[in-house]
Amino acid sequence: MRINRHLFISWVLLILLLSSCRPKSEDKDITVLNVMTHDSFAVSENIIQLFERENNAQVKFLLSGDTGAALNRAILTKNSPQADVFYGVDNTFLSRALSEGIFEPYASNLINELSEDLLLDPSQRLLPADYGDVCINYDRAYFSAHSLALPVSLQDLTLPQYRGLLVVENPATSSPGLAFLMATIAEFGSDGFINFWKELRANGLVVVNDWESAYYSNFSASSGKGSQPMVVSYSSSPAAEVIFADPPVDDAPTASLMGKNMCFRQVEFVGILAGTKQRDLAEKFVDFVLSVPFQEDIPLQMFVYPANKNAKLPKEFSQYAQTAKQPATLDPQLIADYRDAWIEEWTAAVLR
Amino acid sequence: MDCGGVEITMLSEDKKPVQALQFNIRLLFWLVPVAFFALFYVLPIGSILEHIVADPGSIGKLQSVWPKIWSPLKFTVWQAVLSTLITMLIGVPAAFVFARFRFPGKGLMKILTTIPFIMPTVVVAAGFSSLIGPQGWLNVLLMNLMGLQHPPLQILNTIYAIVLAHVFYNTTVFIRVLGGAWSQLDPKMEYAARSLGASAIKVFKEITLPLLRPAFFSALLLVFLFDFTSFAVILLLGGPGFATLEVEIYTQALHLLNLPMAGLLSFVQLMFTLMLTVGYSRLNQRKSLALQPRDPIEVEKPAVNLAEKMLLWGVNLVLLLLLISPLISLAIRSILAPANNAGVGRLSLRYYTALFVNQRSSLFYVPPVEAIINSLWIGFLTITFTLLVGFFAAKTLSRRTKASRLFDILLMLPLGTSAVTLGLGFLLVFNRPPLIAGHSFVLIPLAHSLVALPFVVRILQPAIESIPDIYTQSAAILGASPWQVWRQIELPLLARSFLSGGIFAFTISIGEFGATTFLSTPDLPTIPVAIYRYLSQPGALNYGQAMAMATILMVVCALAIMVVEKLRLPGISDF
Repeated sequence: MRINRHLFISWVLLILLLSSCRPKSEDKDITVLNVMTHDSFAVSENIIQLFERENNAQVKFLLSGDTGAALNRAILTKNSPQADVFYGVDNTFLSRALSEGIFEPYASNLINELSEDLLLDPSQRLLPADYGDVCINYDRAYFSAHSLALPVSLQDLTLPQYRGLLVVENPATSSPGLAFLMATIAEFGSDGFINFWKELRANGLVVVNDWESAYYSNFSASSGKGSQPMVVSYSSSPAAEVIFADPPVDDAPTASLMGKNMCFRQVEFVGILAGTKQRDLAEKFVDFVLSVPFQEDIPLQMFVYPANKNAKLPKEFSQYAQTAKQPATLDPQLIADYRDAWIEEWTAAVLR
Repeated sequence: MDCGGVEITMLSEDKKPVQALQFNIRLLFWLVPVAFFALFYVLPIGSILEHIVADPGSIGKLQSVWPKIWSPLKFTVWQAVLSTLITMLIGVPAAFVFARFRFPGKGLMKILTTIPFIMPTVVVAAGFSSLIGPQGWLNVLLMNLMGLQHPPLQILNTIYAIVLAHVFYNTTVFIRVLGGAWSQLDPKMEYAARSLGASAIKVFKEITLPLLRPAFFSALLLVFLFDFTSFAVILLLGGPGFATLEVEIYTQALHLLNLPMAGLLSFVQLMFTLMLTVGYSRLNQRKSLALQPRDPIEVEKPAVNLAEKMLLWGVNLVLLLLLISPLISLAIRSILAPANNAGVGRLSLRYYTALFVNQRSSLFYVPPVEAIINSLWIGFLTITFTLLVGFFAAKTLSRRTKASRLFDILLMLPLGTSAVTLGLGFLLVFNRPPLIAGHSFVLIPLAHSLVALPFVVRILQPAIESIPDIYTQSAAILGASPWQVWRQIELPLLARSFLSGGIFAFTISIGEFGATTFLSTPDLPTIPVAIYRYLSQPGALNYGQAMAMATILMVVCALAIMVVEKLRLPGISDF
């Protein structure tokens, strides 16, 4: 039985050893601020340290799934809030988030530094923190090798020369997919968009469920080397292709189609969760998010644009990423009222 | 006196006066698993189902609701039946080969066939598409060989991809559960029957089959439930044309924010699972024959005649193609830098070295070593919780009372429950100290244990039943304390079952089953979390690093399983 004892002891030792590798629990004197956000949230270490040192606080981020999952989590736990601040409600979820009453108003002094067209919540419960354009990215090599002209409008995508060349994400399961659906509704209206999608379907449209599959399995210009040279992604993706190129490249292998209403502008908001016990610190954090240092950190971390007009863009962005001149927009209230119906209509027309 | 359950007056070793230390062990054995199950399953699920009653308005009218349930239910059952049957066709011969034959590379094959079970679906999808996708190696090869213009294999986003992925994931369940039982079956019984003149078919039908029945049905049920609640495979490989109940629950709960509807769908899923497990329990009612398990080393033999050799190599070839080649293609991707200007790819370790650099000095950068430690740590905790609760549960169930049979059925339910529902339920229930979802990381191994428990109980229970009561009784009569009985008799006899149960718990934990996304704590990123982080951004480097991380995951798991399997516990050969 000696070996049994050895086994038992080594098991205990192993657990002790592993637990000694665990991060130490935080200092008691430091206030902890909990920030709930989605999985795509990212920020530089030194930027958050700035805030933490200044306020003798520790910021803990709760990455809670995609945008919908994270918001749902905040709604479900509204009676015993798990966080003080929420980052990342977007304009497709805006009205829903507001009608659930999970945010407290906060009129930050920095509001006048933010782009006016992003201020979509007059009650000032949700303040814009960043924005990005969901656009179609195309494989530059494919289009030049086939001497194919670029589509300049959404309607162009139904032309026979683009047959089978576009992959989009399912709006029921993907946030860029939903954004692109909104762009088509802005262009063709809530009566006409379904016909457009039926034509797209007849023209060999490929639909997948998530951005990862679309980009890495289907898109021909990504490392996955798929078979569609056009994909619904972000206007900043070409910049990311340069930054994360391997081996380094001089020019982006992809670019975005920027025709009128071809891109949908996604705005992300930050807000203080109702029932927070640390209102002061939460206000300071919202101010910090809207201030220039944090805002200038956003592009290279999350590949979206800062909402603060004074924030400067990094050179990869000014060189390879563009924002749409005429992005599609929809009234958040309209989105809130019809999104479920639109998604159902879309599913019936495109998937069934 | 029967084993373990009866009230025993304990004599402490230093001979203090015998107190009335009446210790009702049987009650304790009941209490542990029941409390665990009630707290971490019934409570969270109940809190979600409550929403159906609380707000029936959001579900809509009855006529419009029925098609929303019926169409995914129909598809869910259909694809699960199909996948299970095909998995069975491959898994049963594989279980036989692994149980009965000795061949070079068997240990390695056994570990490699377990690896699929732990792979996150995102990387598996990437592996499949690099192998059989439109520009995958297989299609490129076929196009070159046959001079075709278009890729001949169009599997992705079809039902074939779903079935293929399910076979990829679940064949190991047959190998482990059925093969495990088969390898401990005394071949002397079969030899005896043969020498008495029974034909090979007759022996199989009347001896082997009845003895393997419980293990076979267990494996079948487990595989079916995995296919039935399949989520990521349907979403990523089946594409948007297919929706199972689980996918519908996910969409309703997280994208349409319609919790009552999600609750209703979960309820339907739950009822179906319940029906199935009740049926299974009926089939399995007879007490399994208490056999003396053999040491597998005694059972296996080399393949001698041509038929055996063909079976052996045929099975291994199929496993190599279906289970192992997608893994290899991932590993190759991780060391293959993209083609240079001349169009030639070259081997490099740059994706691996890049893993160790926080390129953008991100707050959420995950150092690979930390991710590995976190994953292992959660894995080991899962093993500990599952074996602890599993032992008590199996012990209780082996008594085969009415109540224990009911509990047996209930214990299977977590496997057939929507991970989204379970995760949301955890959020609703555990939101104040001491347990807070998203803060208390201990909830993660607890949720994993819930899913691993049915496996472990299925493995432990027959082993416990096969220990003759006389062993424990005589020990008790001779003055051994219950603790001594456990440590010196039961533990050595159960060691092998504990090991295989532990491996299952570990693989389930490392693979991160769905519910965990709601529970993940930011301070403790695991290997799958690190993989998702890389894959969620564009760029060749991110893709390569995800592949590298996935390869590390495979290697770490293979090593962990190897170490656990190599622990030849004492007592096993003495059976």
